[in-house]
Amino acid sequence: MSLLRPFTIAEQIDEAASCKTMRFIGTLHADPGQFVMIWIPGKDEFPMSVSYTGEAFGVTYKIIGEGTQSLSAMKPGERVGIRGPYGRGFEVHGRRMLAVAGGAGMAVIAPLIDMAIEKGAEVDLVLGARTESEIIMRGRCESAGAEVHISTDDGTAGAKGLATDITSQLLENATFDSVCACGPEKMIAGVYSMSKKLDLPFQASLERFIKCGIGICDSCAIDGMHVCKDGPVFSGEVLATLDDFGKGRLSPSGRRLPLD
Amino acid sequence: MTGLEVEIAGMRLRNPTILASGVLDETGKSMLKVANAGAGALVSKSVGLYERQGHPNPCVAEVECGLLNAMGLPNPGVEAYAAEIAEAKKGEVPVIGSAFGVDADEIAEVAALLCAAGADAIELNLSCPHAEGYGAEIGSDPDNVRHICESTKAKVSRPVLAKLTPNTSSITELAIAAQDGGADGVVAINTLKAMSICPELRMPVLSNRVGGLSGPAVRSVGVRCVFEIFEAVDIPIIGVGGVSTARDALEYLMAGARAVQIGTAIRSRGTDVFAEVCSGLTEFMSKNDYRSIQEMVGGAHHVTA
Repeated sequence: MSLLRPFTIAEQIDEAASCKTMRFIGTLHADPGQFVMIWIPGKDEFPMSVSYTGEAFGVTYKIIGEGTQSLSAMKPGERVGIRGPYGRGFEVHGRRMLAVAGGAGMAVIAPLIDMAIEKGAEVDLVLGARTESEIIMRGRCESAGAEVHISTDDGTAGAKGLATDITSQLLENATFDSVCACGPEKMIAGVYSMSKKLDLPFQASLERFIKCGIGICDSCAIDGMHVCKDGPVFSGEVLATLDDFGKGRLSPSGRRLPLD
Repeated sequence: MTGLEVEIAGMRLRNPTILASGVLDETGKSMLKVANAGAGALVSKSVGLYERQGHPNPCVAEVECGLLNAMGLPNPGVEAYAAEIAEAKKGEVPVIGSAFGVDADEIAEVAALLCAAGADAIELNLSCPHAEGYGAEIGSDPDNVRHICESTKAKVSRPVLAKLTPNTSSITELAIAAQDGGADGVVAINTLKAMSICPELRMPVLSNRVGGLSGPAVRSVGVRCVFEIFEAVDIPIIGVGGVSTARDALEYLMAGARAVQIGTAIRSRGTDVFAEVCSGLTEFMSKNDYRSIQEMVGGAHHVTA
């Protein structure tokens, strides 16, 4: 059980165009990939992956709707309600990891890289974004010691193309013990199928509409598994059993929709 | 019938544990998972004629002794939900369709559509405490309850169970009204109307302010309600509220329930809770020389206050 706790905002940091990190006064420990439910009093509550764990923990978010707009308007000193951490995070397997992050998915991959390097693993990071101004946390991962490979859809930074293009080249030219991914689900599905061909252990963090956060309301169901409790990080073995992986999602009413 | 088997309104259940409405039942595959984990029957999410998003988040709040929720009856509409029922039916246990609506006609129409989709019985949601114009708002009045049961019985040929609200001065009157209206059984209780406030943020936590309390906190209320209803009606009773162990289930059985529903306990015990309750029941029966569940039903009624 995780009771709601009030936390005071310490600071808001601009990460990129329409992407911010909110740090809090206080401590919350979360595994890379685990999330908290953040309640903006009187507005909304939504799941956010913890991008900085421990003392002065934080979340990183892209401003995409009314909820995140309200979050970005909040000032240091103001308070939000937080419950969690919830869900299952990433594990580090082997000595050499390939991490693939798409867009704001980087906020989930960054703490994973911290943990992997702390555990003595070598990490290659593929960081894909639509354009240079949307790249986040590059410096953080470089200082942590990861080998960073950038790709942008428009070629404004790094290689022009998709994150999956560089991933495929890296997998061809080097040996990895495991592959981890977070970002658009179509990208994840692409990286998963490459990893599967090479029989590499795979993990990815998925996103669905989450209401309860505690595995009972079924809003975030994917083929009987629940993103909030069984995930958000799923292994390749589990993803292989999910028909809706990369294909379908539920609307807040429970209507089945194709994945965007 | 021997062992854990029970009969309710003509439905034969392999054991008396039933998935409660609103938990792991938005999708057919989740319901199927619960059936495979050992539940004796499944109740669907409450569905209506039209698609509803439900209340905005926060729609749940965890409290020390239970859980508050104000989901607000989210559902894709009965027509879209039919596919989920079909999937759940693969579990080969009875699937009970939960219906809500604004009035007797609408509820009966939803019930008929749920039956057409394959539901083996209907549970009338006359008790949701957190959706304006639905549930408890129309199910707190005995005349309404009777009328809704009559209208539904006139439209469907499968068993109809009325899920009653404890947020009333007399749940027995509602149970009697359901029986008078032709209901084949009653389900008691739905959640208790409740609120949680965050003092630092000076605000009720749920976006709907008011929600329904479930979990261990409400069990003793549920047991009392079932006990009272058992003395007032002849139709079968399904007990619900705070069941997470065999002992909890036994309290309901001894009070007069033929079966129990389990929901919130899945939060802490996962879907294994169904098999755990069943094995605990078997153990209790063998230690205390009961050969069937039916022998225990209403067992606590020999005492007079």
